[in-house]
Amino acid sequence: MAKKLALIASKGSLDWAYPPFILASTAAALDYEVSIFFTFYGLTLLKKDLSDLKVSPLGNPAMPMPVPMPNFVQMLPGMESMATMMMKQKIASKGVASIEDLRSACIEAGVKLIACQMTVDLFDFKKTDFIDEIEFGGAATFFEFAGESDVNLFI
Amino acid sequence: MDFDKELDARNLNCPLPILRCKKGLSEIEPAQILKIMATDPGSVKDFQAFCKQTGHELLAQDEAESVFTFYIKKRAN
Repeated sequence: MAKKLALIASKGSLDWAYPPFILASTAAALDYEVSIFFTFYGLTLLKKDLSDLKVSPLGNPAMPMPVPMPNFVQMLPGMESMATMMMKQKIASKGVASIEDLRSACIEAGVKLIACQMTVDLFDFKKTDFIDEIEFGGAATFFEFAGESDVNLFI
Repeated sequence: MDFDKELDARNLNCPLPILRCKKGLSEIEPAQILKIMATDPGSVKDFQAFCKQTGHELLAQDEAESVFTFYIKKRAN
């Protein structure tokens, strides 16, 4: 019987979008049955338009910067957009997949994508903002597959 | 070594070589051989791990001028 992987994706920045989709697509390639439960900011990863995913240097002292930069400079308007632009260039130049591509790979491989209904209500998201290939559910839905999974990760 | 299908995963980073490999294997018949080339140094360990977990057979691997080449025999259904 196939192994099962259950992920919770709770973060919605460009950098943190990678772990759930990399792990899910790879696990699917290894014949795992995979489900991802998207909650809170993670729901952003299910939107049709992923172009506004950003990465912030603020509060992230481990982020490699071209030149050392004190915190107060990172607060300035435009810094987040600049960091995001630089990250996207790096991603492309190193042959790292885009989030769109990884998400498509997950969908193609039959990864189940579940959006947290409570978060949708909380943030007044519209169902039409999201891609079609998702289901909506709550914590009990997560445990329905997580309880039977071999690997469970919170990201 | 003879092969039935060839895939170029050069200049792609993790996990793309593995995803391409999986797709390539789905397009050939059991016991046929897929040749795949990659430049990601992490792919060496990853292809071994992929084959170990999926039952496909890693027949051979080599490295020349920073290009890693893998020959993978598709498992029986």
